[in-house]
Amino acid sequence: MPTLRVDGVRVTVPAGATVLAAARAAGAEIPTLCHHEGLEPWGGCRLCLVEISKPGWTGEGKIVTSCNYPAEDGLVVRTSGERVVATRRVVVDLLLARCPGTPLVQRLAREHGIEEASYEVNPEPTDCVLCGLCTRACDRMGVSAIASVSRGASRAIAPPFNQPPPDCIGCLACAEVCPTGHIAWSEADGRRTIWGRVFEMQRCEGCGRPHLTAAQAGWARARGAAEQDLRLCDACKREQLARTLRAVSRGETVAAQAAAS
Amino acid sequence: MRIESGGAFEAHRRRVAEARVARRKTVLVCCGTGCLANGSAAVLDAFATRLTARGLNAELGVFVKKTGCHGCCQRGPLVVVEPGGTLYTKVQPRDVAEIVEKSIEHDETVTRLLYTDRKAGACTCQGDVPFYKHQTRIALRNIGRLDPRDIDDAIAHGAYAGLVRAVGHMTPEQVIDEVERSGLRGRGGAGFPTARKWRACRTAPGDRRFVVCNGDEGDPGAFKDRSLMEGDPHAIIEGMTIGAFAVGAHEGFIYVRDEYPLAVSTLTTAIGQARDRGLLGTNILGSGFDFDLRLSRGGGAFVCGESSALMRSIEGKVGEPRAKYVHATTRGLFDCPTVLNNVETWSVVGQIIHRGGEWFARLGTPLSKGTKAFSLVGKVANTGLVEVPMGTSLRTIVEEVGGGVLDGRPLKAVQTGGPSGGCVPESLLDLPVDYERLTEAGSMMGSGGLIVMDDRTCMVEVARYFLRFLTEESCGKCTPCREGLKQLLAIYEGIVAGRGRPGDVERIRTLAEGIRLGSLCELGRSAVNPLLSTLRYFGEEYRAHIERRACPAGTCRELTAYEIVHDGHPGRSAGVNGKRRGARAVQRPCNGCHVCVAACPVGAIAGERKRPHTIDQERCIGCGACYDACRVGAIRFFPKSERVAADADAAC
Repeated sequence: MPTLRVDGVRVTVPAGATVLAAARAAGAEIPTLCHHEGLEPWGGCRLCLVEISKPGWTGEGKIVTSCNYPAEDGLVVRTSGERVVATRRVVVDLLLARCPGTPLVQRLAREHGIEEASYEVNPEPTDCVLCGLCTRACDRMGVSAIASVSRGASRAIAPPFNQPPPDCIGCLACAEVCPTGHIAWSEADGRRTIWGRVFEMQRCEGCGRPHLTAAQAGWARARGAAEQDLRLCDACKREQLARTLRAVSRGETVAAQAAAS
Repeated sequence: MRIESGGAFEAHRRRVAEARVARRKTVLVCCGTGCLANGSAAVLDAFATRLTARGLNAELGVFVKKTGCHGCCQRGPLVVVEPGGTLYTKVQPRDVAEIVEKSIEHDETVTRLLYTDRKAGACTCQGDVPFYKHQTRIALRNIGRLDPRDIDDAIAHGAYAGLVRAVGHMTPEQVIDEVERSGLRGRGGAGFPTARKWRACRTAPGDRRFVVCNGDEGDPGAFKDRSLMEGDPHAIIEGMTIGAFAVGAHEGFIYVRDEYPLAVSTLTTAIGQARDRGLLGTNILGSGFDFDLRLSRGGGAFVCGESSALMRSIEGKVGEPRAKYVHATTRGLFDCPTVLNNVETWSVVGQIIHRGGEWFARLGTPLSKGTKAFSLVGKVANTGLVEVPMGTSLRTIVEEVGGGVLDGRPLKAVQTGGPSGGCVPESLLDLPVDYERLTEAGSMMGSGGLIVMDDRTCMVEVARYFLRFLTEESCGKCTPCREGLKQLLAIYEGIVAGRGRPGDVERIRTLAEGIRLGSLCELGRSAVNPLLSTLRYFGEEYRAHIERRACPAGTCRELTAYEIVHDGHPGRSAGVNGKRRGARAVQRPCNGCHVCVAACPVGAIAGERKRPHTIDQERCIGCGACYDACRVGAIRFFPKSERVAADADAAC
C-alpha cells in the first residue's frame, strides 16, 4: 500500500491506485473530462495535470496526468502549483475556443478565471470535447460501433462512413458517459433513435414500459445472458429483489416466496 | 544454404570474400532513391548492355553491382569503379561506353566525369572528395559498397560477424556490457542509453519479449534511415538479432513506412535470405537461440514514429500514443517487455560487438559516443547522406562535407531535428554535434535531418512550415496538441500574411508553454521547438513582420514586392539585401538579358532585350523567381507596405 503526500497531506492508497484516486482521497480537487471510473484511464483531456517529485529528484517537478500515473510510495504531489495552474488554464482556454457554448466548458472556464477565449473561436461550435469516453464505453461494451475518425484538428467522433452504424445496439452507453450531453438520442412510441438508427424497444414484463432495445437483448442473449435477466426493467428488478429480501427477513423461504409471487 | 555454426560461417565468409578480392573490376552503380530519381536505373542497364557488347562478364572478372545510396546525392547518378574507387558523377547512359572503355578495359579515368569543386579541384578517388574525406562511416560503412539484395555480398563485407561473436562466445549480459562500454545512445533523437534500455527489458518480468526497429522516419527532409534500410538491411537484421539475444526476445518487428517501397522490398528480400542462411529462425548458428523478424508497414501517420503509437499500430490498432509512465521495457508491444530502437542504432550494434565497445567509444564526445548519420539538405552545395563523429561542428558538416552554402550565399541557420528540433543560428555554428549541446541551443539531435538555410529563408515562415506539418500530423488525442497547434498556426498564418497583431509573440509564448508542458507525447511537447528557437535567435524577424509588415528575407509573398533596378534608379528603399553570387556582392542595373522574363511564372516582367525591364506590380505574385534567376543582381525586394506608402505619396 503506497503512501504519498498530496499538497502536504499524507495519504495511503491500495496498490495499483492512480495519483488521481490518491489526490481525491486526500481531499484535493482535480478537474477531469475524459476520466470515468468504469473505464481505463486515457490521459487525453490533460485537465488532471499535477506536478510530481520523488525524494532525490533535483530541479523542477514533473508535470504528469494524475489519472494514469501510478501512485508510488514516497511520491510528492502538488495539485495546484504555478506551472500546473498555468498549463491547465491554457487547456481550458483552448477548450473554450473549441466549445464556446457548452455549459460544462463555460463553467470550467469560469473556475479558471477565463471570461472569454483568448484564441480564435471555433466558427462551427460543437459540444464535443473529444474526451473519447463514448468510443471507449462502446469498446468496453464490446460493440465498437463508433470511433474517432481523422486526426489532429479535424478529429471527430463518428460511426463508420458517417452512416447509421450497423453494429450499434442502441444501448445508450455512449450518451450516458458523454460529459456534455453532445450525443443526441430520443425515445418515443416504443422506439429509440440514436446515431441515425431507430431501434424497436422491448417492454418490461413487470411494468410494461419499454426498457431495452431488441438489438440489445439479442446482443446479450448471444453472449449467454439468462432470459430472466432481460424480462424486467431495472426498476422492476429492484422491486423484485426488495420483495425477496422482505420475505427472507420474515423468515419465509425464498422458494415459498417465489411460489407466492 | 543454411549455415549451421560459427565455424561454418567463418569458412563461408572467407570463401565469398576471397572470391570478391579476385574480381578484376566491379562497377558500383548507386541505386539509392536520389540517384534512381536521376535515372541511375538506365545507367545500370547501359552498363549491362555495354559490358555484354564488349564481351566483358563475370568469367572475365568484371561485375556490375546495384548498390544503395552512396551519399553524395547532389552529384548523382553516381558510379564507382573498383578497385581504386574512381568516382564518376552525374553519369548518363551516354557516358557508359567511355567509362567501360577507359576505366574497365584500361586503367584510365574519364576526367570530365570526376567530382570537381573550386577548393579541391578534380578528385579521382572517392576518398579524396571532400564530401567523403571528412566523414567517418560506421552505420553507413557498407552502403554504396554492397548489393543489398545479396546476403553473401553483405557477409563478404563483414555482416553478421558481430552476431557470430555474440551468440557463439558471449552471454546476454556480456553483450549488454559491451554495448554499455560503447556508450551508444538512441539514434532516434532522444539519446537514451541503449544498454540501459536493454537491461531494463531483460530484467522486466514476463515470458514473452520483443525487439522493434523504428523505421518510421517521417521528418521532412530526413532520409538516413531510408538509406540504411535500402542500402544495408543486413546490418539492421544483425543488430536486432544481437539485441534480441541480449534481452531474451524471440520475436522482432521492423516498422517501416509504406512510403518507402524500396526499403520494404529490400528488407523483405534480406529477411528471407537471412532465414535461408539460418541467421534468422530456430537454432541460429547452432547456438540454440531462436529469433525471427517480421515487417510491419506503417500507413503514413507521422505520429506512428512515436514509440507507443508505433506499437499500437503494430498491434493493429489506431496509432495513437499512450502515457509512458510505465516504460515499454516493462509493458510495450502486446503489453510485453519491449526494446524499441531506431534503424541507425540497430545498424551499429553489430560493429560494436564485432570490434568492441571501446573502439566505438573512442569516437565522439564525453557523453555522446560514436558517429551520427545525417541527411544534409536545404541550401547546401552537396546535398546528401553523411556520417561524422559526434562532436564535429555544424560548420564542418556544412562547409567541409557539404561544400558550403549553395551559390555562395550567406548562411543563416541550420535546422536540426526536424519538426521537433530547432534552428541553430550562424553564430552558433561552431557548436559540436552532441545530444546535450544541441538541446542547450534550443534544438535537438532528432532523427538526423540537417537543413541548411541561407539569407533567403524567412525564419517565421520556417516555424510556420513545421507548425503546419505538425498540425496536420497531430493525432488529436490530447487537447493541447490538437487545439493548441491549430491556434498557433492561425497566429503564424496571420503574421506571414501581414495580419500580425501586437501581443502575438506573447500569445505564442503562453500557448507554446502550455503545449510543451501539457501534451501527451513528444510530438506535441517538442512541436514548439521550432517556434521557440526562432523566437530566441531571430526575434527581430518576428518584430519586422508584425510591426513593420516586412519580411527581411523577402520570401513572404504577402509582404514583399520586387522591382528591377534601372540606371539612375532613385532608390526607393535602401535595398533590403544586396544580391550575392559566388564571392561577389553586387547590385547592378538591369542589362536586359531576359532571364527574369523566362523565369517569371505569371508573365509580369516586360522589356526589350538589352533594355532595362520592368515588373508589372499588379501582376507580380511576389514569388521571387526573378530575383533568384537574375545573374547581375538587378532585382531587389522591399516591403510591400513601403510601396503602398509611396503610391499614396504619388497620388497626393
